[in-house]
Amino acid sequence: MQQTPMVEEQIQSVFPIVITGHVDHGKSTLVGRLLYDTGTLQSERYQEMVQSSCETSREDEFAFVLDAFEEERRRGITIDTSQIFFSSKLRPYVIIDTPGHREFIRNMVTGACYAKAAVLLVDATEGVQEQTYRHAWLLSIVGIRDVCVAVNKMDAVGYREERFQELRTSAEALLEKFGLSPSAVVPISARHGDNIVGPSDNMPWCRIAPLMDVLDNLHYTPIEEGAFRFPVQDVYQKSGERILVGRVESGSVRPGDKVRLLPRGDQATVEKILSFPEECAPCARYGEAVGLTLSGADAAVTARGTVLAHGELPRHGSSFAATIFWFFGEYSDGDAVTIRCATQAVEGTIALRQVFDPAQPEAELPCDLICVGEAAHCTIETRGDLVCDDPSLLPEMGRFVVEHDGIPAGAGIFR
Amino acid sequence: MDYYQALESKSVYVIREAYQKFNGRIAMLWSVGKDSTTLLWLVRKAFFGEIPFPVIHIDTSYKFPEMYEFRDRLAKEWGFELIVASNDHQLAQGMGPSTGMKLDCCTELKTNALKQVVERHGFQSILLGIRRDEHGIRAKERYFSPRDAEFQWDYENQPAEVWDQYNSFLREDEHYRIHPILHFTELDIWRYVQRENIPIVDLYRSNNGARYRSIGCVPCCSPVPSQASTVAEIIAELETSTQSERAGRAQDKENLYTMQKLRSLGYM
Repeated sequence: MQQTPMVEEQIQSVFPIVITGHVDHGKSTLVGRLLYDTGTLQSERYQEMVQSSCETSREDEFAFVLDAFEEERRRGITIDTSQIFFSSKLRPYVIIDTPGHREFIRNMVTGACYAKAAVLLVDATEGVQEQTYRHAWLLSIVGIRDVCVAVNKMDAVGYREERFQELRTSAEALLEKFGLSPSAVVPISARHGDNIVGPSDNMPWCRIAPLMDVLDNLHYTPIEEGAFRFPVQDVYQKSGERILVGRVESGSVRPGDKVRLLPRGDQATVEKILSFPEECAPCARYGEAVGLTLSGADAAVTARGTVLAHGELPRHGSSFAATIFWFFGEYSDGDAVTIRCATQAVEGTIALRQVFDPAQPEAELPCDLICVGEAAHCTIETRGDLVCDDPSLLPEMGRFVVEHDGIPAGAGIFR
Repeated sequence: MDYYQALESKSVYVIREAYQKFNGRIAMLWSVGKDSTTLLWLVRKAFFGEIPFPVIHIDTSYKFPEMYEFRDRLAKEWGFELIVASNDHQLAQGMGPSTGMKLDCCTELKTNALKQVVERHGFQSILLGIRRDEHGIRAKERYFSPRDAEFQWDYENQPAEVWDQYNSFLREDEHYRIHPILHFTELDIWRYVQRENIPIVDLYRSNNGARYRSIGCVPCCSPVPSQASTVAEIIAELETSTQSERAGRAQDKENLYTMQKLRSLGYM
């Protein structure tokens, strides 16, 4: 094997940030602007953007860098989530753009779950709107703690400080409602490039760092120390051995470790950790996709969905309190669903307890139905046992997707 | 876990999910280029050295001789089942890049050739080595992407893909495109090739002051000026380049939305 330690040391992880906010508050424009001002917009993509702006009779439309679908450009909206790479002076980023329209909320959720931090955009003229609320609530459910509020279109309000302060107060109040506090609140104009990568002459009153500096100061520490969890993804037979493959979702494991096979509770010993092209690894850590062989395990309890655990054990049972969010079709109380948590899949039903729209969290909705864009506190009842953890300690085992008629229609976290 | 191990683990997880859900009805598409060769390497990682499903090469008959040579050599060395597929009917009719619109040539010799081989073998899922940073359209792809009987991509109605739960519900005559290296960038691919010492066709290396950055059919690929003749030099070159990767691909340039049209028609 050719080893290149020099290169490895220089490589920084790409920091994923999701851009959220209400329709037309400037999400795609901000992304285009970040790329342009940091000099990472490839010349061809820039020219394509200019040509396309011209063809649709618009000023240079930075949003077109991401809104690549013909329909998106004609209608001037974002339909689907997109990802684009760029680098600041400090580190590489992947920026995840999301649509603001309610009907495309499943695309917003798809984008948000790849992120480690978020920018929540608020239009300086319109202020906090319906999707600002919904997106903020979703960020709290997806587990994103670092939310930076950008008050956009400051040019449209004459760059006035009073307007900014007003919006800052309302954005802070909104996030507080969902248990979040902003990492920063920054006044910007994405279209004109104010306060994006450098200070703005139009806002001499502003003592807040430009957005790029704020983003560069965000840090994310993954939960690597934790109880060991390994949801079995599949079982391969190779040279007479049963290899359990999967990904370590928390903690780490070494040959010789004793593990519980849940939900049944049998005990077994990890014999080998397999990889390729090296045959054996001394240890498997958080995030690694590996193969394990066990001794003392009954073949019946080593199928897909079995969770190998040691350290503090997870919960298991068939009834769980949860909070869910619905993004496709609708669900009537009691319909059959499949709950997917890591590699587990169990049939079940959802008893809706309290249905609400995150855009108006105070107003309670009827409890027999949940529709796109709505949320609910509920009880999940499953036919077989399900293994799960507290999402604040072990996110990968504390969250689930709801499949309704074979289609992912909702997502949630255990309470 | 370092950055490349994280990229690799994500890909291996997706490959294993696809294999688990579509066992026996799965194949991989291999263009012989750097991306799908990297994918092939990741498949070997996922199955501890084996490639447990067929590998399809869509042969337009216009590929570089170096690509055919490399294809046959690697198939032998790594020991996998290779399916070479062509749209023989259209080739017999004389279809080629100079016959008319390049869009038609790509559609017939690539998309329709793939359609035929998928139908013939009854594959329900195809692994592909596309990446999000290649093109604005590809940036919107999912890891598991359903296609209907006509191979159409209903890009306005893609299913949600949340927390590594991949939708695999199959309606009649549908198949899934699976994209395990979607999150790699071009630079990531080269750094990973270097780290893992993955074999790559020589066309990517500079020869007489030029190299190919993206390879496909001979008439539609232009080399870019470059002195980079080793993987390390290619990496150094890309770190400072502002040209896009597909700058040398003729079919992308006919119209602004060619890529979207190609993909919605089932192009890879």
